[in-house]
Amino acid sequence: MSANLSALSYLISSVCFILALQGLSSAKTSQRGLTFGIVGMLLAVGTTLASPIVSSYGWIISGLIVGGVIGTVIAKKIQMTALPQLVAAFHSLVGLAAVCVAAAALLEPYAFNIGNVGSIAVGSLVEMGLGVAIGAITFTGSVVAFAKLQGLVSGNPLTFTGQHPLNALLGIGLVVLIGLFAASESHTLFWAVTFVSLLLGFLLILPIGGADMPVVISMLNSYSGWAAAGIGFTLGNSLLIITGALVGASGAILSYIMCKGMNRSIFNIILGGFGGDQAAASTGGGKEQRPYKAGSAEDAGFIMKNAKSVIIVPGYGMAVAQAQHALREMGDILKSEGVQVRYAIHPVAGRMPGHMNVLLAEANVPYDDVVELDDINRDFAQTDVAFVIGANDVTNPSAKTDPKSPIYGMPILDVDKAKTVLFVKRSMAPGYAGVDNDLFYHDHTLMLFGDAKKMCEEIIKTLEE
Amino acid sequence: MEMISPFLLGLTVFVLAVFVGYYVVWKVTPALHSPLMSVTNAISSVIIVGAVLAAGSAQDTLTQIFAFGAVVMASINIFGGFVVTRRMLEMFNKKK
Repeated sequence: MSANLSALSYLISSVCFILALQGLSSAKTSQRGLTFGIVGMLLAVGTTLASPIVSSYGWIISGLIVGGVIGTVIAKKIQMTALPQLVAAFHSLVGLAAVCVAAAALLEPYAFNIGNVGSIAVGSLVEMGLGVAIGAITFTGSVVAFAKLQGLVSGNPLTFTGQHPLNALLGIGLVVLIGLFAASESHTLFWAVTFVSLLLGFLLILPIGGADMPVVISMLNSYSGWAAAGIGFTLGNSLLIITGALVGASGAILSYIMCKGMNRSIFNIILGGFGGDQAAASTGGGKEQRPYKAGSAEDAGFIMKNAKSVIIVPGYGMAVAQAQHALREMGDILKSEGVQVRYAIHPVAGRMPGHMNVLLAEANVPYDDVVELDDINRDFAQTDVAFVIGANDVTNPSAKTDPKSPIYGMPILDVDKAKTVLFVKRSMAPGYAGVDNDLFYHDHTLMLFGDAKKMCEEIIKTLEE
Repeated sequence: MEMISPFLLGLTVFVLAVFVGYYVVWKVTPALHSPLMSVTNAISSVIIVGAVLAAGSAQDTLTQIFAFGAVVMASINIFGGFVVTRRMLEMFNKKK
């Protein structure tokens, strides 16, 4: 295939990717969008296979088959609650693949038309250095994120003294190394860049706590895009540059939305150390036990049956307990009793953007019953029952009233405005931010202690009687 | 006429693509943010283009290993990302 023809074909493929993202603007067009994405990818790979420089196919075909089978099997088997881990694992692979491609380009530059060994243009070397650095940071960062989400390491932020100076030092060192590498084309320096970046990725994500994962995952999503763009610059391939830029922008926007959902700056999150045991210890100690009302599944069933409208507020706890199916069943029974049932989604509920929406969709909750924060918040005042299941901080009124609270300024669901609040929780323990929730002690709040899934099942039983 | 450096051409494409990405992604409905993530993950593996070029022309064993590794990892991502996105979107479209 001639160079011009491949360039044209890559252009079509880029347009397909843009259409794939555009399709996601609504559920109806989303599947068509996905088809565009697949077509774009087929075209990209096909075009590359047909390029004259590719002379042997054995390794490529076997790599495609091995990777294809592994990817397909994992994606088919994975449970929807484990989605955040899966995405983190996938990001790590993009990062590592970028490192490998950069290494291959360094070893045999003529395959990519960027010169010969020992005489690669400085510009290409800078791009190569940047590509490998971003790729390596994405790789180890995603591995840490995966380990935290999978529960292999503690979700608590891990901090130590001198962490920030060390990271800053590594960052500066990295820039210097890339400069030296570009000036010398030394392979040793290339691996030094790789090593420092791997270390940096690891150290950057380690101090970030579990509930900040929606931001981390979006950020790594963004990095994986920039890594692809970096490699695109190295290879002078506009398809990679365009796609990388699209993905990078997408991840950056998601990070921004997540940060806004927590009213925290991206720097505050990257610097880490928020929440976890430390914060809990500092606010939890020395507080007297306040009275609260605990109820049973029968009470909850009775209250909701007699309500006109119920808004369900799901959180990460629902995902952990796999309660989405039982919850939907409960909602359906209430609906058949003539109760209006809707689901309110906070932007940072769960461990990745849109996590709750996927779980509810999995449990067959109708798309139109699921409402975003801005669209439902006004309705709480006219709602009889708010049923909070596995969420806590996102309902805490102190985010509005107490300027001293660590979560002050965070947009919350105005659950406290509902006539009755039902709180499904395992215990009175504070949420991730380590802040006590005043809502627990309100007169119109009833605490339902127990596992989210069991509680829903028990409520279903009382509703059916 | 003086030739424009390939880097500047790349940069032009890059900056314009960031703008396109910015406007397209803001239109994505929040309910579909998870599928957005998995689909962007799949398409960022278009890096496979570089891997295929390297794997198809490598002379050296070490290059061959890197290239093969990159092809495998990128294709895990491509297949995995598209399949899991399809699964999610089917859930959103199950019943009207």
